[in-house]
Amino acid sequence: MTAPPQRIGVAAESTAGETRVAATPDTVRRLTALGYEVVVEPGAGTASGFTDPAYAEAGATVGDPWHTDVVLKVNAPSPDEVRRLKDGATVVGLLAPAQNPGLLELLASRPLTALSMDAVPRISRAQSLDVLSSMANIAGYRAVVEAAHAFGRFFTGQVTAAGKVPPAKVLVAGAGVAGLAAIGAAGSLGAVVRATDPRAEVADQVRSLGGEFLPVEVEQEASGDGYARATSEAYDRRAAEIYSEQTRDVDIVVTTALIPGRPAPRLITAEQVASMKPGSVIVDMAAAQGGNVEGTVAGRSVVTDNGVTIIGYTDLAGRLPAQASQLYGTNLVNLLKLLTPERDGRLTLDLEDVVQRSVTVVHEGTTLWPPPPVAVSSAPAQTPPAAAPAEPPPPRRLSERGRYGLVGLGMLALFGLIAVSPARLAANFTVFALAVVIGYYVIGKVHHALHTPLMSVTNAISGIVVVGAVLQIGHGPPAVTWLAFLAVLLTTVNVFGGFAVTRRMLGMFSKG
Amino acid sequence: MNASTAAQAADIVAALLFVLSLAGLSQHHTARAGVAYGIAGMAAALVATVVVAGRSVSAGPIVLILVAGAIGAAVGLWRARRVEMTQMPELIAVLHSLVGLAAVLIGWNSYLEVADRDPGTAEALTGSLLRIHHAEVFIGIFIGAVTFTGSVIAFLKLSARIKSRPLTLPGKNLLNVGALVAFVALTVWFTAAPSLGLMIAVTVLALALGWHLVASIGGGDMPVVVSMLNSYSGWAAAAAGFLLDNNLLIVTGALVGSSGAYLSYVMCRAMNRSFLSVIAGGFGIEAPAGGTEEQGEHREISAEDTANALAAATEVIITPGYGMAVAQAQHPVAELTRRLRERGVTVRFGVHPVAGRLPGHMNVLLAEARVPYDVVLEMDEINDDFAGTSVVLVIGANDTVNPAATDDPSSPIAGMPVLRVWEAEHVVVFKRSMASGYAGVQNPLFFRENSSMLFGDAKESVEAILRELAAADPAPGTRTPQAQPAPA
Repeated sequence: MTAPPQRIGVAAESTAGETRVAATPDTVRRLTALGYEVVVEPGAGTASGFTDPAYAEAGATVGDPWHTDVVLKVNAPSPDEVRRLKDGATVVGLLAPAQNPGLLELLASRPLTALSMDAVPRISRAQSLDVLSSMANIAGYRAVVEAAHAFGRFFTGQVTAAGKVPPAKVLVAGAGVAGLAAIGAAGSLGAVVRATDPRAEVADQVRSLGGEFLPVEVEQEASGDGYARATSEAYDRRAAEIYSEQTRDVDIVVTTALIPGRPAPRLITAEQVASMKPGSVIVDMAAAQGGNVEGTVAGRSVVTDNGVTIIGYTDLAGRLPAQASQLYGTNLVNLLKLLTPERDGRLTLDLEDVVQRSVTVVHEGTTLWPPPPVAVSSAPAQTPPAAAPAEPPPPRRLSERGRYGLVGLGMLALFGLIAVSPARLAANFTVFALAVVIGYYVIGKVHHALHTPLMSVTNAISGIVVVGAVLQIGHGPPAVTWLAFLAVLLTTVNVFGGFAVTRRMLGMFSKG
Repeated sequence: MNASTAAQAADIVAALLFVLSLAGLSQHHTARAGVAYGIAGMAAALVATVVVAGRSVSAGPIVLILVAGAIGAAVGLWRARRVEMTQMPELIAVLHSLVGLAAVLIGWNSYLEVADRDPGTAEALTGSLLRIHHAEVFIGIFIGAVTFTGSVIAFLKLSARIKSRPLTLPGKNLLNVGALVAFVALTVWFTAAPSLGLMIAVTVLALALGWHLVASIGGGDMPVVVSMLNSYSGWAAAAAGFLLDNNLLIVTGALVGSSGAYLSYVMCRAMNRSFLSVIAGGFGIEAPAGGTEEQGEHREISAEDTANALAAATEVIITPGYGMAVAQAQHPVAELTRRLRERGVTVRFGVHPVAGRLPGHMNVLLAEARVPYDVVLEMDEINDDFAGTSVVLVIGANDTVNPAATDDPSSPIAGMPVLRVWEAEHVVVFKRSMASGYAGVQNPLFFRENSSMLFGDAKESVEAILRELAAADPAPGTRTPQAQPAPA
């Protein structure tokens, strides 16, 4: 007997200013496909542009989401909402367990289970659940859009009949997901983009999006868990110099530096802000954690005395609500896929699994936060002290002297060999040595597509040993003749087969 | 001019024609001329040799030569005509083994014949010449026999008659080195005191070494092995030339030997490994442990969605691998290419140097299916273009598109140049199952956010995509969807 499917409730967000919703009609359809019944609170998707009829059409019922087995939310539930959960229910959302010990206590006071989407470990298997990445991606894009909105100029350089417009210069501090999204967005608007990051290994990613990576050249240990770490003193000094130079030059600064569980690092000082050109814009994406920029006000946009706008919005992702809801909803679908291995609409939690263990902050009334540390599989540096070369060591090359020595030695050996051999052998060696060199050079520029035909033709040509066998037939004892007969037979297979198959192959190659 | 000077002239002409032949084969527009030169050279050499042979022996042996030649030619042409392009690696391995075996036979013959000569006549070899001759016999037999068993094992592995997993005997490097040392010792002994027993001993030793060398090399390294055997077959011919004091054999053997060695070197460079480590069979041993564990969740995609993605794409790159050859999917892939190109989609192919089981194997298969060769590009030519590509189809390739090679220094394939398919917007991987590739290394590509897996036989999958494309937009001249068989 199969148990009846469980019900999933999609609650409307109660947090002021929140525009996102935990499920869209599209993700409702996918949740239904996992076997669940979905209940959506009336008006839950209004701020994201999803209407109740759209949810109903996707297979959801519109009603009370709190009396269900699994409640999906974006933000952490309020104490009032926790009270509305039924016993044994599971609540999923961005619970920020490190910052919210009170909430965990409240949840653990009843037989509830709480899964926190911001506790997903950064391993490649869990990428499809990683809300921080999907939201950071949106926020990074939006940060550039906000900056463009506040910036009184073009991003792209233009030459018009009315004069030349220089391109905007954008500095992105921190090349994580948000930073990379910002680099991509600013680059596609035509700006000149530069980026800094303590992790030298992201330089390639920055370049791949068309940005210029400004390395901070001091010793810095590689990241072991996929997140940025606190930086060393020497690093901070050098970085401060770079920021001083850059703030004088650039028009837009986007800062994204966050260290998990700590206040945001201060990257840009008030003096540096003061050194910027009037009309410049700073978007401080770390505003909620205290800000990377001196003078940021969380949730607001302020203008300094010298006319620099500092944007400290903390809801950047929510400013693209439809997209943000869709991506967050997909993250949730992926989580539920993981939790519903049988696709039967029954949520089963496997605490042996490292991903499920990490997101489970409260399990049936027991607090499980913090989870045991998870080593990141994708991190390039698992071997801590050796400063982990990101590039494999280059193939060993002989030094110039070694090369001369080797050639000299070879020549000497050849000289010795030929000098002591009888005339017949010496002549043979001469021919041999020259032919080896010719063979090497003649092949030197072979087109890759012709490797196989080349191989079959050289094979046919090496059938030339037939000549040797032909010369042996009829000489010496009868056994010789018969062995030679066999050799002739074998090698002619080679000669004819090799040439014929090469012709056949070459006949197929045609130009488009 | 007499017969012997004419024969010498023919030898020189043949040798030069062979050089021209190899040179011609390195470019598309001269390749056909290259084959013609090769055939002409071979004909010149054969005619001259048979004429010279005819002057010193009676009619009987000449008839034997012609009979053997006729049988050999018939078999060769028959095989060449019948072989499937997907089986080229096997055919080439077999052909190599024939050269190796012939070299062994010639070595034995030479020993028997010289031993049979009447001492005291002008023909008999004496003193240092005899000792050199004996050493040459040994070297010729040794190289020939290694080539022979090596090629036979390669053939058996390629045709899946035996497992392609590398054989790992304890102390295998010691075995190889020991065999070489034993060979040198036997050679020295033989030059001092020739005997039939030593001949047998060296033949068996070399046969065993050839078997062990190739048996301990894994299937993924086959492109290197095949081109290495190609090189060996050349050296075997050159050794026979020394033995018979025949310049044509020496020149030709050396040409083939050094060009084959160069080709092997190119292959090794493509895998970022030293030649020695490949022929010593070191790969695949450190591979497993930890590499095979699941690394995440993959996403599946249907043929229909793939077809939609392709129809909406502007730039498509297809990276084929051995799986395409196994599934015989080259024809539907070519059809897909044509269909997409008609719709204005730019379709190109990115071929890794070691894709397939033979250098250039993929190119031959695509050529067979009439894919124009100018859209089939080499890794270095196309690697920077993945970033601007909408859809990449990975058909039966695995290790050659593995991001671990660049990202993970602890990966067994770290540092191997790979096709950076993951830089594209969307990667569709055609695969039978989630099994790992020949190197036994798990592929993080499958778990990337922009990759999706299309499971099933590559040929059927591509055909399903073709049906979807035709259903979405019946192009003129193609059958209507109703006439198509129902999708599987």
